[in-house]
Amino acid sequence: MKPASSSPSAVLFDHQALRDQFPALKQTIGEHPLCYLDTAATSQKPQAVIDAMTEYYQLNNANVHRGAHQLSARATQQYEAVRQQVAEFIHAQRQDEIIFTHGTTESINMLAYGLTSQLKLNDVILIDTAAHHANIVPWQELAKRTGAVIKPIPLTIDAQLDMAAFERLLSCKPKVVALCHVSNALGTVNPVNELVAKAKAVGAITLVDGAQAIAHLAVDVQQIDCDFYVFSGHKMYGPTGVGILYGRYSQLDQLTPMLTGGEMIKSVSFEHTEFGALPNRLEAGTPAIAEVIGLGAAITFLQLLPREQLQAHEHNLIHYLQQQLHQLGAIELYGISKDKNAINIGIVAFNLKGEHHQDVGILLDQQAVAIRCGHHCAMPLMHSLNLGGCCRASIGIYTNKQDVDQFIHALNAVKELLL
Amino acid sequence: MLNPSIIPAASLFLPVSDELTAAVNHIEQATHWQDKYRQIMLLGKLLPPLAAEYKLADAQVKGCESQAWLYHHVLNGQHFYLADSDARIVKGLIALLLIAYQGKTTAQIHQFDVQQYFDRLGLSGQLSSSRTNGLTALAQAIIAYTQDIST
Repeated sequence: MKPASSSPSAVLFDHQALRDQFPALKQTIGEHPLCYLDTAATSQKPQAVIDAMTEYYQLNNANVHRGAHQLSARATQQYEAVRQQVAEFIHAQRQDEIIFTHGTTESINMLAYGLTSQLKLNDVILIDTAAHHANIVPWQELAKRTGAVIKPIPLTIDAQLDMAAFERLLSCKPKVVALCHVSNALGTVNPVNELVAKAKAVGAITLVDGAQAIAHLAVDVQQIDCDFYVFSGHKMYGPTGVGILYGRYSQLDQLTPMLTGGEMIKSVSFEHTEFGALPNRLEAGTPAIAEVIGLGAAITFLQLLPREQLQAHEHNLIHYLQQQLHQLGAIELYGISKDKNAINIGIVAFNLKGEHHQDVGILLDQQAVAIRCGHHCAMPLMHSLNLGGCCRASIGIYTNKQDVDQFIHALNAVKELLL
Repeated sequence: MLNPSIIPAASLFLPVSDELTAAVNHIEQATHWQDKYRQIMLLGKLLPPLAAEYKLADAQVKGCESQAWLYHHVLNGQHFYLADSDARIVKGLIALLLIAYQGKTTAQIHQFDVQQYFDRLGLSGQLSSSRTNGLTALAQAIIAYTQDIST
């Protein structure tokens, strides 16, 4: 695999050696090697993550923050070290701004619930049209509880966030602006720094859903300057069942806990309970300890890699994928900006002209090609694109040119069969 | 349980054609996936399309990534179905279900081992609740319609 040779600082790295660290990718299905192009749904896990979780269960399994014994101390130390690691990874100011959740969906639910007392009748919540359902439905529920009003931020005809429309919407002084960093269905990238700055200028609380960005882009929450940033472990080579709610301390500290119980309290009596301080206040109950430790291993794994080169590698692959699809013919691509410099991240959304995305998916599956077909949990986006659904091929750091070639070869066979 | 507000005229519920029934053998015999799925799509083409006026939300089987509609009619204790999908392979898979179930009695439908049928056709992977093709939901809806008949 050729690394990004165009970059002057490029150091050769052995891509195959990197790929070899993902055991799931070594399998064949039927007569074909597995061609995994569904990383946007969940990434495969490197051996280091699997080992870290196994080691925790084999050697250090104990509950965190409570036992007066060595195992618990070890588990707690490991768990809290990951909090520090995550804080550094996304450049949070302090580690108690990092809340462990079970995933992006839970993070957004916790936020939307936690803001209930801060919203009132007719307050406006702006939502990105490209948002995943996880960044829509919790806000609808918040609107039901408070009488707030949801307004979608429209897209331009080339499926990018409509900046002019966004600015017009800001004149209604939204209380909350919920954005996505990278669209999970299209791979389009929002200029989050600019969007957040504009939203903050009118006093909005800002959330950026980074689920599809965190594995591909260097994220700096202080630079983005958002109040909240959320993501999942499993899309960044970590385990399922762990996610992050980052919040600016002053904002995070105002959230009403969605879950109450053990771990999150300072004192409890039948007359009165006093909640504890951040981060524990928002982490009721026993957390997903092994998963948090697995996430830590995933971050360590990523930090040891030449991330800039991998970013270039992914850009090259997406470009190659788009190019090969063009060459195949009878393909409609979605989310392609008119701006030639815009790059989609990790994802290519397409349809075989006149064919149902599900037919394409079933026939690709016969050839061990794993992609996702459907509405991608973004029905409002599909509606705005006037699509019943589409196919989505998505890549990760381990994806190589052979994957793309196998996919194109398989898609060509599908095309011959269908057309 | 589907409960469509409009039900197509009884005359539209027909036995499956001999051509369709015979085509099952082609699927069973196809060794290569391309042949198998080409045959499945041919089956779908042989299944009469549902008129647009019947492609209604309340006749739609949930659990399908594609849209699929299912209607039911009983005649002399035999169950007849009308079904369609906007995806060609799903429509072919529906045709396979109708070949098995059309014109059968409640007892026959309940006794029928649909898993074994798909295994025999080399399509066991398609009949799984973890798939989004909705075939499991369709098979369940076909059976559920028979349970609604108390007489």
